[in-house]
Amino acid sequence: MGETHQIQPPTRYWERTEEDGKNDGKKQKEGDNNEQTPQQNNTRTKKGGKRGGKRGGAGKKVISGKSDPFPGSAPVPEEKLKKFRRGVKGELPPRPQYKLRDVVIRSEAASDLAQKQNARYDLMLPEDAGFLEGDEDEDTCTISQDDIVDAVDITAGAKYFNLTLSQFGPYRLDYSKTGRHLLLGGRRGHVTCLDWQSKQLMCEMNVMETVNDVKWLHSEALFAVAQKKWLYIYDNKGIELHCIRKFNDVLRMQFLPYHFLLATASATGFLQYLDVSVGKEVVAICTKAGRLDVMAHNPHNAIIHLGHSNGTVTLWTPNQREPLVKMLCHQGGVRSVAVDKTGTYMVTSGMDKKLKVYDIRAYRPLQSYFLPAGASCLSLSQRGLLSAATGDIVQVYRDVWGIPVTKPYMAHRAKGSVWGVHFCPFEDVLGVGHGEGFTSMVVPGAGEPNFDGLDANPYRSAKQRQEWEVKALLEKIQPELIGLDPSQLSQVDHSTWEQRHEDRVQVLGFDPLAKEKFTPRLKTKGRSSSGKVEKRKKQVAHEDQRDVIRQTVEDRMKIDKERKEKEKKKAAAAGQKSALDRFRK
Amino acid sequence: MVSPKIFGNVLSGRCKRNQQTHFRQIRADIALNIRNPDDYVRETKLDIQRVPRNYDPSLHPFEVPREYTRALNATKLERVFAKPFLASLDGHRDGVNCMAKHPKSLSTMLSGSCDGELKVWNLTKRECVRTLQAHEGFVRGMVVRFCGTSFFTVGDDKTIKQWKMETPGYGEEEEPLNTILGKSVFTSIDHHQKEGVFVTCGQQVDIWDEQRSSPIRSFSWGVDSFSCVRFNPVETELLASCASDRSIVLYDMREATPLKKVIMSMRSNTLCWNPMEAYHFTCSNEDYNLYTYDMRYLDKPFTVHMDHVSAVLDVDYSPTGKEFVSASFDKTIRIFPKDSGHSREVYHTKRMQHVISIKWSSDNKYILSASDEMNIRLWKANAAEKLGLLAPREKAAVNYSQKLKEKFQHHPQIRRISHHRHLPKSIYSQTKELRVMKEARRRKERNVRKHSKPGSMPVVTEKEKHVVTVVK
Repeated sequence: MGETHQIQPPTRYWERTEEDGKNDGKKQKEGDNNEQTPQQNNTRTKKGGKRGGKRGGAGKKVISGKSDPFPGSAPVPEEKLKKFRRGVKGELPPRPQYKLRDVVIRSEAASDLAQKQNARYDLMLPEDAGFLEGDEDEDTCTISQDDIVDAVDITAGAKYFNLTLSQFGPYRLDYSKTGRHLLLGGRRGHVTCLDWQSKQLMCEMNVMETVNDVKWLHSEALFAVAQKKWLYIYDNKGIELHCIRKFNDVLRMQFLPYHFLLATASATGFLQYLDVSVGKEVVAICTKAGRLDVMAHNPHNAIIHLGHSNGTVTLWTPNQREPLVKMLCHQGGVRSVAVDKTGTYMVTSGMDKKLKVYDIRAYRPLQSYFLPAGASCLSLSQRGLLSAATGDIVQVYRDVWGIPVTKPYMAHRAKGSVWGVHFCPFEDVLGVGHGEGFTSMVVPGAGEPNFDGLDANPYRSAKQRQEWEVKALLEKIQPELIGLDPSQLSQVDHSTWEQRHEDRVQVLGFDPLAKEKFTPRLKTKGRSSSGKVEKRKKQVAHEDQRDVIRQTVEDRMKIDKERKEKEKKKAAAAGQKSALDRFRK
Repeated sequence: MVSPKIFGNVLSGRCKRNQQTHFRQIRADIALNIRNPDDYVRETKLDIQRVPRNYDPSLHPFEVPREYTRALNATKLERVFAKPFLASLDGHRDGVNCMAKHPKSLSTMLSGSCDGELKVWNLTKRECVRTLQAHEGFVRGMVVRFCGTSFFTVGDDKTIKQWKMETPGYGEEEEPLNTILGKSVFTSIDHHQKEGVFVTCGQQVDIWDEQRSSPIRSFSWGVDSFSCVRFNPVETELLASCASDRSIVLYDMREATPLKKVIMSMRSNTLCWNPMEAYHFTCSNEDYNLYTYDMRYLDKPFTVHMDHVSAVLDVDYSPTGKEFVSASFDKTIRIFPKDSGHSREVYHTKRMQHVISIKWSSDNKYILSASDEMNIRLWKANAAEKLGLLAPREKAAVNYSQKLKEKFQHHPQIRRISHHRHLPKSIYSQTKELRVMKEARRRKERNVRKHSKPGSMPVVTEKEKHVVTVVK
């Protein structure tokens, strides 16, 4: 029996060898005779239990003598844990700062627990992502939409549909944040919004003007339309709420949902930000880069990417009048830009018919592809699929930033030349606006299958929407907080001494460390003549400097002394004759 | 009930197609994510809405700026809802000199005034339930026995009286259970936590048995008068007292002589033991400061608590031992965390005069202050706290915003808002004046040090400055 105790009990029942199993049977038999053994076993496991938390009860016996085959809580896969890791663990403060150390240890334990719980919850998410996999030696891009619709059931098939709107095209489009609602804007003035899943029309109108771009605002109740001259805001009944005359000749728009900012790029080269919660222009930046018709926003840090005709892409925040970054991406103009959800990758296409993938954290090109026709519109889905429109063909690529892809994942020919592509959030759907109307394409594996009910809930009721709207407005992020790193606010600000001193001066209203100006006392009987005063001033003129000089002189003398002593020692050491010196020439 | 399997989360099928040009069969596996709306909306109107969660960080961008915004809002709301004043208990006909908590009943509180009148209050009803003329002259101190059935008072008429807690019946007279006539005026009284022993102080510190009319032990250490004496709540045989020769003296009841004393630069008025870390006590001093001492190391206070602009008259710990409240001659009450040098909160009203006595209620929620102008005031210990029963969601929200405020407390904007307090003009200007004086003193010291022999002017820290000696 003694031998069996020394072997560590296996954590899982399938890990144990046959011998163990046999011994187990023996144990059961002997258990009645020898009562000491289980007790010994228990004391041993207790020691281990302290270190391993709940998982200590590996060899714990129940009264029947059986051991738990699944001791402790189930392990969480490392990959899942990594997904929920926030920041990196720093070093613990040294022991003398025991209070801070204690706080850090406890907060790290809490965040570890949260991470683990999140990872566990992630395993239980109800929905799986879609996929499309061809058999060997066969391309998924040859599978047409009709085939897919035939293969899947009728509700899924209903997601592929065409709207034939040949009169007022080509069309720009936008999906709302929840993915329920679709907004279409035809170049010749036709604007319509609909609940595309139930195909319910919310409003339809013709603004009798050129429409450059359309955009949903924070909810499906409001949308913005960039028309020939001004920017208009309509509600979902099609009633014109605002005509914003400060925003003219807008070509492209982006909405930053957490900041409630509508960023617009105009033909006159202005990048303007409109705070839609209060209706005020935040800032108007003259980019000095000509006509701005290529625009994207980074959903990770709310930075606006503008593409220019000289092949550069510039990054903007409302806090700075110069671009944060200027990247030369293409030879020839930039045609389209897209940024992925995590803010890691940027995909650009240019007039040089190239499609390039950049890592925008390091500003490093990752991949470069050549497309024979060049891509006019780009869009990235939540799960990282890239759609590129070349003429009237929409191609969808998978995993463009990994190993170089040679073939598209899917392809579809639209009826007219493509004017706008947009992946629908939380759905396997790609919306394509083209000259002959609108096509809703089915792209398996495009959308995030599990939504978060408190953030963007496609099934929310009117009441829930109202609730969400109030909460979202309360936590509207101020435009001043937009920067390259959104988590910077939680990092320790190692401000310089000068900065801290400046702040202190501002708080106190005076500089506590400022040298006081020497004002000689007024003396009588002619001793305060200007000459005398100057003389007295001179006496104390360089007092501080004298201290410094005295200190440096002392230091220097000390160093000299040390050096001399060292040399002396060296010389003494050299003076000793060694036995080997006789061989020296 | 329809099984979700039938509709299926993932619908898959085989797709076959003949390409006419190549006569090649193409096969593929297809799956689309299709949610069944029935899984995501409530079944009937009587249900609550379903809220599926996905905690993926990439679905929740800007979490830090959003948390910061929430913290900022929470801080602002805290200042908006900071209404600490609850009630004023009036009825005394002279300044209220002392108060006592009931050890068993949260709603009962006793107060004694300068004209010898004693009142028993019901705090929930905010009314006086009993009034009696306890002494001639001041009621100097009072304490409720640990069992809560009787209480002791001392007064200027050199007597110690024991009273029943129960109100006398109809026709009965208000008479003390016991009266002990002392030789001199008593200034303070405290009762032992477990035994029938109490301690008074006046010209000396006397320990009395409840059954006897003369003290069982008397301590004096070359001092002519004591102002306050307190039993240690944990080491129940230990005592501490404040004496008029600027000293704080520690005693062991079982020994014949005092243990040790520390002499400070100015006189301490009262002291209070920390109920949780009972080796710590805090004394309120005439030099506008409070000092927390570790009774084992008296040569240096553990913390110096500054902020008052006049003499501090009374101090009381919260039952959690994490904070204490102090009453001052400058007409304010301040709440200090036990290990912080500055107060986290200041309470004042236009009508409140010099605050003489202060108590923190045993449920850690309220503060009672007795002041010169005959009133007792009831305050919330947490100014912005919502009183009453909280719903679980409300409680969770409060905890969440509390944690956020803690997380972002050092951000300048949040710190500015949370630290801002409106002060009466006199106190505001006095604080400024004190700061100028302190700065001038420091400057002078610096200059003296600069012009004297190096090492002859050692740097004395703020903690060391106020202790003169420790005598054992």
